[in-house]
Amino acid sequence: MSSVHHQEQDQLIEKYGYDDHFHEHHEGDKFQFNFLTKYIFSMDHKIIARQFLFTGIFWAIIGSAMSIIFRLQLGFPDASIAWLKPLLGKWIVLNDAGVGTLEPEFYYALVTMHGTIIVFFVLTAGLSGTFSNFLIPLQIGARDMASPFLNMLSYWFFFLSSVVMFYSLFLSTGPFSGGWTAYPPLSALPQASIGSGAGMTLWLVSLALFVVSVLLGGMNYITTVLNLRTKGMSLWRMPLTIWAFLVTAIIGLLSFPVLFSGFLLLIFDRSMGTSFYLSDIFVNGMALDRIGGSPILYQHIFWFLGHPEVYIIILPAMGIVSEVLSVHARKPIFGYRAMVYSILAIAFLSFIVWAHHMFMSGVNPFLSNFFVVFTLIIAVPSAVKVFNWISTLYGGNIRLNTPMLFCIGFISMFISGGLTGIFLGNSAIDIQQHDTYFVVAHFHIVMGVAAFFGMFAGVYNWFPKMFGRYMNDTLGKIHFWVTLIGAYAIFGPMHFLGMAGVPRRYYLFDKFDAFSGFDTMNKFITIAAIISFFAQIVFVINFFWSMYKGKRVTSQNPYGSNSLEWTTPIDAGHGNWPGKIPTVQRWSYDYGKDGIEFTQQHVPLREGETPSDH
Amino acid sequence: MPFVQIFNKELAPNKAQALRFALWIGMATIVMFFAAITSAYLVRKPAGNWYEFKLPIQFFYSTIIIFSSSLFLELCYRSLKGKNESKYKLYLLLAFLTGIGFVISQIFAFKNMVNQGLFIDLNVSVSFIFVIAGMHILHILGGLIAYLISITIAFTTLFKIDELRILKFDLLRQYWHFIGILWIYLLVFLILQ
Repeated sequence: MSSVHHQEQDQLIEKYGYDDHFHEHHEGDKFQFNFLTKYIFSMDHKIIARQFLFTGIFWAIIGSAMSIIFRLQLGFPDASIAWLKPLLGKWIVLNDAGVGTLEPEFYYALVTMHGTIIVFFVLTAGLSGTFSNFLIPLQIGARDMASPFLNMLSYWFFFLSSVVMFYSLFLSTGPFSGGWTAYPPLSALPQASIGSGAGMTLWLVSLALFVVSVLLGGMNYITTVLNLRTKGMSLWRMPLTIWAFLVTAIIGLLSFPVLFSGFLLLIFDRSMGTSFYLSDIFVNGMALDRIGGSPILYQHIFWFLGHPEVYIIILPAMGIVSEVLSVHARKPIFGYRAMVYSILAIAFLSFIVWAHHMFMSGVNPFLSNFFVVFTLIIAVPSAVKVFNWISTLYGGNIRLNTPMLFCIGFISMFISGGLTGIFLGNSAIDIQQHDTYFVVAHFHIVMGVAAFFGMFAGVYNWFPKMFGRYMNDTLGKIHFWVTLIGAYAIFGPMHFLGMAGVPRRYYLFDKFDAFSGFDTMNKFITIAAIISFFAQIVFVINFFWSMYKGKRVTSQNPYGSNSLEWTTPIDAGHGNWPGKIPTVQRWSYDYGKDGIEFTQQHVPLREGETPSDH
Repeated sequence: MPFVQIFNKELAPNKAQALRFALWIGMATIVMFFAAITSAYLVRKPAGNWYEFKLPIQFFYSTIIIFSSSLFLELCYRSLKGKNESKYKLYLLLAFLTGIGFVISQIFAFKNMVNQGLFIDLNVSVSFIFVIAGMHILHILGGLIAYLISITIAFTTLFKIDELRILKFDLLRQYWHFIGILWIYLLVFLILQ
């Protein structure tokens, strides 16, 4: 498909590229002596990216399997799940008739772990870790990250954090069960619930390690993007993926230290007897002597990270979608600069809306007004992005392959979930909707499913660059359609549950007459969840099968894409380019310009051609 | 300067400068961390149940110590640039030792507080002092590890000065000044509060 032949491409790099003498002193190659240093303790960003991806997939399977178990409880509370006893052991209680039911305590642990795992381990580390690592050096024309060593540490801190969290699943008292937000006092007092003891301690250790991983990674991403871009790659010529990863890393670096400070105070409350978050608490009818603290303080600190965190999750997905959409619509992205400005606006606004998570926590209603206004203003840059994606599609020569389908699915999800955000952003409407399934439906669609769709689009699109083979397109399409319909079938009905006031996190609804009419709907949701889960198994099989048996990539630039990663050899080694580094002569969205299907970034301007990035 | 690289794309990337830039970003995260803790302090204080007490006098001694440590390090940096080996080694050791002196003075400050009955779990106001000063000491310890690396290099390798060596030393210098200033900020914050 590539209209520029390989040799021609290499000649261009040889002619216009610049020589950084990388391969003369082999500075990077000395780290790759054997299997251990090449694949395990690797400092190559492409390997580290794959490590993040594999670990992310591992956690995604565990996290979503957990949701299936608690969905079984919600949809079929009377059915026996004794068949899960070999897996869950004492958390399934058998009665005399042999009917197995889930322990309520473990139900809470499952809900908590599902949230923690998906938010942090899959959609932060798995998404940002994978694609920032993989694409930043390749797309800006760098040999590797600014500090490959810190980059390696970033992965291994994540790995360590994963090990600690995984270990906590097997504690005899179970993992932490007080909700993924870990509000005190449930999280601060070991006697509060069985999961608040050792489970919570490990949860805190794990997340502290995770913060270190994010900070090390983010430091590298920002430094690399701002300092190591190849000649000619001005900021306004960068692909939108890079803009998104850059801003994501900045948000992460500004918000994760704040979360860490909140965790630190929590650790002191748990182990040193301080009362930062504790006051007026009764345990078993006895007043606790810990006074003077404020649980609301924790909520402020937590959500100061927590809200930017949802943009840490969605921005990389947006960047991937912008890039993939443009490539497969064979059109330049519509409103490139508007896209960048809206990323920046979203990033800025993300820091001044955190209290919208706390409208019902006793925050002053006058203060809430401020947060309502800024929350609703986020709709503006978000809408700009949505309109630009749709305009990019309009009149495009669209290839409906799997990555493109997932991009379109992303836009659909982002619109559906974004609209319900307008409801929840109003503090008055929130009085009715807070802590109901309406909230669950909203954030799952807008940042859960949507971010997953962005991630899938990225995996399907860059799989050939990662492994030199294609994923199976038919299986990919099956995966897409089942997931799209499945996701709407799961979360669509939840809006109705929420509007009726059905609260989230409840184990059973048999004591509430008001919610008794929703049995069928809950069954329907559970069945849809199970079907969607199996569609993800199709993806996993496709992924690993294609790694070894997929169709081989035969051309350097299979999609006819403009960005620099497709100028590297099919199986790029350490240092990414065998000879010189390409220099950049134009922006990355010259699709269909002057009647030419695509012009790669390292191709010099033709005679009389005006550059598009001005 | 690293900023040149960001906007002028006629230049080829400079990896050494990137390290300095990475350090600045690292310092930004530290600023965010302490900003969060001190904001928590500000939010918590007006809520009442706040035990007032005097800061231990050792905190002021340690301020003088950290200031002199920064001064020695600056002299050391000048000697390195001026290729004066013996002065460079002397000042490096002095800066390192005053750095350890800072930690010791802080330990005495904590002892002083405990002797007055100001235990960490007495009141949130006391807890905050322990957390803030304690976290600052951890950052000082990080700096001291960097000193050890620097000293090892100074005393085991040839005194050959090139730009990369000055740049790497500059990383230590900037970080050390930064946590010194951070301490002064924290102290002024605690005094004003």
